[in-house]
Amino acid sequence: MKAHRFDYVRPARLEHAIEVLAEHGDQAKVIAGGQSLVPMLAFRLATPRFLVDIGRLPDLNRVTIDDSGIRIGALVRWRDIECSAELKLAHPLLVEAIRHVAHYQIRNRGTVGGSLAHADPAAELPGLALTCGAEILVVGQRGQRTISADEFFIGPLSTSLRQDELIVELHLPPWRVGRRWAFEEFSRRRGDFALAGVALFYDRQQNGHAGNVQIGAIGVADTPIRLTAAESVVQGKTITEAIARQAGAAASESVHPADDIHAPGEYRRALIGVLTELALARASGLSLQEHA
Amino acid sequence: MSARKYVKLNVNGKPYEANIEARTTLADCLRHNFKLTGTHVGCEHGVCGACTVLVDGLAVRSCLIFAVQAEGMIITTVEGLSSGNTLSPLQAAFRKHHALQCGFCTAGILTTTHALLSNEPDADANRVREVLSGNICRCTGYVQIIDAVLDARAAYKQGPESGR
Amino acid sequence: MNVLRNAYIGQEVERIEDFRFLTGRGTFVDDYEPAGVLHAAILRSSVAHGRIVSIDSATALEIPGVHAIVTAADIGEQIPTIPIRLAPIAGLEKYLQPVIAREKVRYVGEPIAVILAESRAIAEDAANAIDLSIDSFDPIPNWRTAEIDKTLLFEQNRTNVAARYVVGFGDTDAVFANSEYSRREFFRAHRHTAVPMETRGVVAEWDAAKERLTVNGATKVTFFNRRALAAMLGMAESAIDLIELDVGGGFGVRGEFYPEDFLIPFAARKFKRPIKWIEDRLEHFQAANHSREIDCELEIACRRDGTILALRGRIFADMGAYTRTNSGVVPAKAAQFLHGPYRIPAVKIEVSAFMTSKTPVGTYRAPGRFESNFFRERLIDMAARDLGIDPIDMRRRNLIAATEMPYSIGKLVPYENETAYDTGDYQAALDECLRAFGWEEKKKMFQSRKIGGRYHGLGIACFVESGGAGPRENVRMTLEANGHVTIAVGSSVLGQGLETVFAQIAADAMSLPLESFHVLHGSTTIVDEGFGTYHSRAVVMGGSAILDGAKNLLLSIQNAAGLQFNCRPEDVTIQDGTVLGPDGHTSTFAALAAAVGPVSATGTFANNKRTYSYGAHAAHVSVDPRTGHVAVLDYVAVEDIGRAINPALVHGQTFGAVVQGLGGVFLDHLIYDDNAQLLNASLADYLLPTATDFPNIRGVTMQLHLSPSNPLGAKGAGEGGMVAVAATAANAVAAALAEFNVQPNELPLSPPSVWGLIQKSNTLRI
Repeated sequence: MKAHRFDYVRPARLEHAIEVLAEHGDQAKVIAGGQSLVPMLAFRLATPRFLVDIGRLPDLNRVTIDDSGIRIGALVRWRDIECSAELKLAHPLLVEAIRHVAHYQIRNRGTVGGSLAHADPAAELPGLALTCGAEILVVGQRGQRTISADEFFIGPLSTSLRQDELIVELHLPPWRVGRRWAFEEFSRRRGDFALAGVALFYDRQQNGHAGNVQIGAIGVADTPIRLTAAESVVQGKTITEAIARQAGAAASESVHPADDIHAPGEYRRALIGVLTELALARASGLSLQEHA
Repeated sequence: MSARKYVKLNVNGKPYEANIEARTTLADCLRHNFKLTGTHVGCEHGVCGACTVLVDGLAVRSCLIFAVQAEGMIITTVEGLSSGNTLSPLQAAFRKHHALQCGFCTAGILTTTHALLSNEPDADANRVREVLSGNICRCTGYVQIIDAVLDARAAYKQGPESGR
Repeated sequence: MNVLRNAYIGQEVERIEDFRFLTGRGTFVDDYEPAGVLHAAILRSSVAHGRIVSIDSATALEIPGVHAIVTAADIGEQIPTIPIRLAPIAGLEKYLQPVIAREKVRYVGEPIAVILAESRAIAEDAANAIDLSIDSFDPIPNWRTAEIDKTLLFEQNRTNVAARYVVGFGDTDAVFANSEYSRREFFRAHRHTAVPMETRGVVAEWDAAKERLTVNGATKVTFFNRRALAAMLGMAESAIDLIELDVGGGFGVRGEFYPEDFLIPFAARKFKRPIKWIEDRLEHFQAANHSREIDCELEIACRRDGTILALRGRIFADMGAYTRTNSGVVPAKAAQFLHGPYRIPAVKIEVSAFMTSKTPVGTYRAPGRFESNFFRERLIDMAARDLGIDPIDMRRRNLIAATEMPYSIGKLVPYENETAYDTGDYQAALDECLRAFGWEEKKKMFQSRKIGGRYHGLGIACFVESGGAGPRENVRMTLEANGHVTIAVGSSVLGQGLETVFAQIAADAMSLPLESFHVLHGSTTIVDEGFGTYHSRAVVMGGSAILDGAKNLLLSIQNAAGLQFNCRPEDVTIQDGTVLGPDGHTSTFAALAAAVGPVSATGTFANNKRTYSYGAHAAHVSVDPRTGHVAVLDYVAVEDIGRAINPALVHGQTFGAVVQGLGGVFLDHLIYDDNAQLLNASLADYLLPTATDFPNIRGVTMQLHLSPSNPLGAKGAGEGGMVAVAATAANAVAAALAEFNVQPNELPLSPPSVWGLIQKSNTLRI
């Protein structure tokens, strides 16, 4: 399972990287951590003529936390996020989601930018980006632009990045103090891709009702999706067992996952309902009768 | 930009060089160009963990990094975990607890747990299992491996380099 | 029998071989690379069933670094077929595999061409550049399609039903006609396989001057393989050496003769260059033996009090596209072990073996037993429930008693004689299992109860397992000039620690320290004839041969000392590595060998009586009905193996086997579609158990009943930990989901399938 032959270049500057990408178009592929790309090269599912290693580009591995939110450079690795006490305070949902990504060794190399660009429909970070209404900052020949998460992921392993564009940063909106949140996923083994997963948050209003409810799902569609039907059930209400269950039912009904070798569609449909219910219970501190 | 590269790598404290195709993984470069065959290749797609080495002290899958990417990094393989005819405390614990049978996955498990205990000498059984979930073993059923790693913690608590 | 000192036997001695593995100094086949080597890649069929129209290698040959491309045309008119090594069930011999596809391809992964190049990467580039044209035929994706015989895999055989036979004893028809209770069920064991961490590899070197072939990477049954290879190449066996290096696990699938075991040596001889082929993981999934795919329709007849009167069944075995070297073992042994450790007076089993357009099937640890113990133990639990009898009591009532040993089980295997379970106290093993597990306390707390949203259940299974297959094993032992003893044994080592275990046996037999011994194994260069490692035979056969060899070596040492001391050999005494003559002459072994040269002796052990280990497993599971996830909260495996030479090693084998087995229940699955395409040939999609999946495993090794068949008293021990796992785990899941009346009778019990069973039950209840 050796990769096909490719030319390798490691640009020292972002501008050079973009030039190479522009020049070679779909013949070039970017590599950063390589944790998703290299297996594809090994199976010869991807056969780019040029491999552009952006792993040493400067200034792409910063994390900035301020009033505008949380900015995470494209070359920030999972490990950096896991180990950051600041990030845990600043965006606990992000850190919790990342805990589920792959394995110890993968987390030492895999990058934020790589995960976003790879756009696996079951991956945690794309799901989180969509759920939180994040923006992705990209740079290409025509300069910089910002793409909202819901316009960025357009299909399985497919994004709206142009051939000459590189992700430089993920920008998460500011996280409110006192926000309630939860992340629930189900996978076959620890570290496997989720069969389905839910990330959610809401703000508890003074009357105890849930406001700003945002619920996202992975593993049940071609891209991560917002479970808007479930959000409608919860928005403006106090979360009770019944509400959680209703939201779960609404979530199930709103998705139409395909059958694949790991699970039939109807299983994932049921699963997303269960996970939505569990996530709402966890976020609101409800102890579900049935929940172990 | 080219398909062949002349690489100079730092492995186990020594300089190594080779003229290789860019598509040569670090695993293959270590094994076939540098003749450091202690690191094994079990899948070539980043799942089994047999190829794990340390890069700048971090456990990484050497089948998922091309040798050219590893220039300027400090690489440690299983051969660098001990010297001469003495086993490191971690290796000795593996032997004591019968934590290996065919030995094929062992190098990757040693490098991974060496990295773990170097950073987290108080890791408990759950943490050890969690970290080792990225290393597949077909022979042992993992029980005795966990026992060995937990037993080896004492050596790492004495200080950062004490695990060697 | 030898009087053994037992300073080492029975002790948890640390392994001698560990040092090299821990320091990265092992030599596995990919670590071996002779100068001037060419690397091979195999072009394999991506079509499940078809006719090869053309193979155009022109473009591929032009790639720089490509040396040659070999197809059937280069091998000749007669393409050799791979012979059957054992288990010759009549009919299977008509479906042997040619070493390379010529006209037809019959499974995805079948070899079509061998590409030789300067590097593996270039060889793969060339493989991708070969213009291959195949006319597809209809696939034969399962045994039901095969049975119809509409599309034939082998036109000349006129059927895909390779074999069909009936075995049994007693009058099952009469029993069923008159029984107070009977039940018939359908069970399915699914296709999965061993997946050793090291893939296969072959390095072949041709010495043109001496016309000798050396092949590295062999294991398991090296002498048989050499014989087969010699015949295929038209060479004398003595001109071929098969060398066993370090081996990264086998579990049955590695070491049998495969197409590459011919193709690579053939290429080395043809091109007069060393050729190295290392299988990659994708290939391994497509090309190495698959196993376990058996459907079974099984009926049980009982008295109301739970006494089992008869078992009647039909076994449908999916054999894949070709009969491999171990031929009919899987279905034959499934049938043989279907009635297990129970006293059942009437048994009738019809076995059918079907050829399908999928990867051929071979043996995987506990072949046939993993499957049939699952079928039988599930049915026993179902019957117990119907009859209102506790499943433990039902087993106690029917387990063969120690006083009934040896217990004849007749001739249930067409190619074997009548056999009998040798010794054993099955009740005692069950008792020990229940005790170690804490069955009574756990039953009160957990059995069929819902706690915190999860359904809990306990399951039990009893088993008997054979081992120690004959016919013989040979050893040569040599006292070297430095006082060390070299043991050259025909057994193969695939990770079981035999370098240590064999040294332990020899050390006690010769009263020498463990460090004196150096074990060589497997290679055809070290003994004149060896028989290898399979069916848990290494300790029984190899170990017993070592006892004989040790005895003979001591005699040879006595003789040598007699000559040295100028006395009669009988007047020489041996004590702790020293020879003492009647006149007070004394010499250490080392000094003696230094003086007279190395002293050598051979040993052998022949035996056609299998050994029968036995035991019981118990499991506690909890099922999340919302996801179908099953957590194994406790698992105890108990086995009486007669004698444990190194209990730590046996324990390790138990853990390994149980975890592999649980993977085989909940995770492993080779998934084919209706076009007989293998869909999950990667470790990302074929799920193997990891450290977090089954952490709660316990093993108990009993040494209660020695085997009467060998001087060690040992029973084969490598596979017992596996045979009862599906049975135990599935029974526990059934107990957990008792209120749903869910019958987990089809493997795997993946979360979607368990969830599906619960859903179906819920729908029925509404």
